[in-house]
Amino acid sequence: MARLNIILLAIVIVCGLSVVTSQHKARKLYVELQRQQEIARQLEVEWGQLQLEQSTWAMQARIEKVAGSRLMMHVPAASRVQVIAPQSSQ
Amino acid sequence: MKPRSASKSHALPGWRARALLMLLLLGFLLLACRAIYLQGLNNDFLQKKGASRYGRVIELSATRGVITDRNREPLAISTPVESVWASPGDVALEPQQAKQLSKLLDVDMSELGRRLADSSREFVYLKRHLPPEQAAKIVELNIPGIFLKREYRRYYPGSEYFSHLLGYTDVDDRGQEALELAFDDQLRGKPGSRRVIKDRLGRIVEDVESIRSPQQGRDVALSVDTKIQYLAYRELKSAVDAQRAKAGGIVVLDVKTGEVLAMANLPSYNPNNRGKLDSRRTRNRTVTDLFEPGSTLKPFTVAAAIETGLYKPDSVIQTGAGQLVIGSATIHDAHPSGALTVSQVIQKSSNVGAAKIALGLPPAVLWDVFSKVGFGVQPRSGFPGEVSGKLRAANTWRPIEQATMSYGHGISLSLLQLARAYLVFADGGEIKPVTLLRQDAPADSTRIFSAATAAQVRQMLELVVQPGGTAPRAQVVGYRVAGKTGTAHKVDGASYAANKYISSFVGFAPASDPRVIIAVMVDEPSAGQYYGGSVAAPVFANVMTGTLRMLGVKPDAPLNNVVLPPPDAPEIREEV
Repeated sequence: MARLNIILLAIVIVCGLSVVTSQHKARKLYVELQRQQEIARQLEVEWGQLQLEQSTWAMQARIEKVAGSRLMMHVPAASRVQVIAPQSSQ
Repeated sequence: MKPRSASKSHALPGWRARALLMLLLLGFLLLACRAIYLQGLNNDFLQKKGASRYGRVIELSATRGVITDRNREPLAISTPVESVWASPGDVALEPQQAKQLSKLLDVDMSELGRRLADSSREFVYLKRHLPPEQAAKIVELNIPGIFLKREYRRYYPGSEYFSHLLGYTDVDDRGQEALELAFDDQLRGKPGSRRVIKDRLGRIVEDVESIRSPQQGRDVALSVDTKIQYLAYRELKSAVDAQRAKAGGIVVLDVKTGEVLAMANLPSYNPNNRGKLDSRRTRNRTVTDLFEPGSTLKPFTVAAAIETGLYKPDSVIQTGAGQLVIGSATIHDAHPSGALTVSQVIQKSSNVGAAKIALGLPPAVLWDVFSKVGFGVQPRSGFPGEVSGKLRAANTWRPIEQATMSYGHGISLSLLQLARAYLVFADGGEIKPVTLLRQDAPADSTRIFSAATAAQVRQMLELVVQPGGTAPRAQVVGYRVAGKTGTAHKVDGASYAANKYISSFVGFAPASDPRVIIAVMVDEPSAGQYYGGSVAAPVFANVMTGTLRMLGVKPDAPLNNVVLPPPDAPEIREEV
């Protein structure tokens, strides 16, 4: 009887300690999760800012200005445009 | 045996043992009472106190949704910025720090001092919406009592090109105008909060419960196309500048779906930099302002007449000497043309002709057509503040009113309504609701005229842009165009102003299978010209050329289709 009690006591102690360690591990992992979520949030913010930046740089007005002044491009006259009708599938 | 006898001799009095026992029991009783008190009676309070040592409620912010164009190009994005606030009681500023702070915040020293003076307050904004990099520098100063608060600010990459359509938000990122206001419920997120456990380093170690889960704002995809919008704005602006006009508006509609592809106004404003906004600039005139459309309404009169069967496109109307007396009023045509066919009434834009056609119809028929194409009815585009226009009930019409309404006077509507009404001619007699949101499938349309009537009016409208019509400058290389000019005196108080005009042009192309409707309106051109055919038609032609190219529409005419009248030919002037 006494032996059984000792064995049970040992099991209880082991269980207790493993509860503590797993709780500790869970918290550590949770901290890590938090950190990653924070990074995700920051990346999302950055994504928004980059989208904003891209659309600011890609403004039609700016494209037209750069195309005209730096790349010396212009819209071809209608007489120089050839429109090719898409092939019908039959 | 000995000890026993000894113990006997030193035997303690019996009460002492009992007293000790009682004391011990009493001690246990006290402990038990205390335990009951702490664990049972006072438990809630203590639990709360305990939880407040490690538990925290944190706010989860929600961002406002993005507004995009039809190709998912972002038009309005919220990005985080930092607002600097102070608790004046805790702030201890050294003079040198104060100087640095005022420089970083771009706030006067005296203003800074004034805000920090009232130490009874616990929260004072020092500056709102600083870029994150600048805010980081303020944190580096390490001044006690000064904190940052994360907020969102909305940016509009399309600045003045889209400002009337999108509107803007206030400092708390709530929609104030236009579509930002209309779709505020959808765009706005709901911030949430949750309870967590923090350790002594301030790290979150456990998620206890979610009190409210945050709802991110939903994105809204508009029907406008960035490229077409830009083109429309640019062309309108160059025309408004060249004509020294007070204002202008343009609407581009997709015939197949009823979507608004572009909607621009002048004068405009930059929503990213809104110091002083007056409603003269921020109003979306194409939706919220009424004007008397003038001759652009004649096709509806003619279509109503043809639909009744009383007139045919080649029926002859006698306009005589260009005068028509109705009661005490007289309707004039500046250029008497004698006998005109119904087609020519449209082509030459004869007021007398249109009035005579209208007077040959019962008022109810005309009213019915006007009402069905949306005059006097809100277009229900979802835009805040849209107007329904003025169309009086048919039984109150006097003959003179019926006559003037036939050519667009005594009736008022918005440019969006006018553009939408032309759907009936462009879409074979059917009309659709207009929408500012991207549609995946076209909405149901309602039939108003027979396809034959619509086709006949379309042919007449094609005559308008050909030599001999009022708007040869609306022609587009490679495409057949149909449209109608309008030139109307502005209503000034109770009467018409003699020298203030609104010039307009509404048309569509390609005429063989219309894809796009464009309506242009220029308010008070004052550089000498004021006819719709010379002020508004060129804007139409330029925008139409670009739009058809961008949409990849197949040309339906040879490339040498543009026939302008010889330069010395007298311009066909529209009746005003």
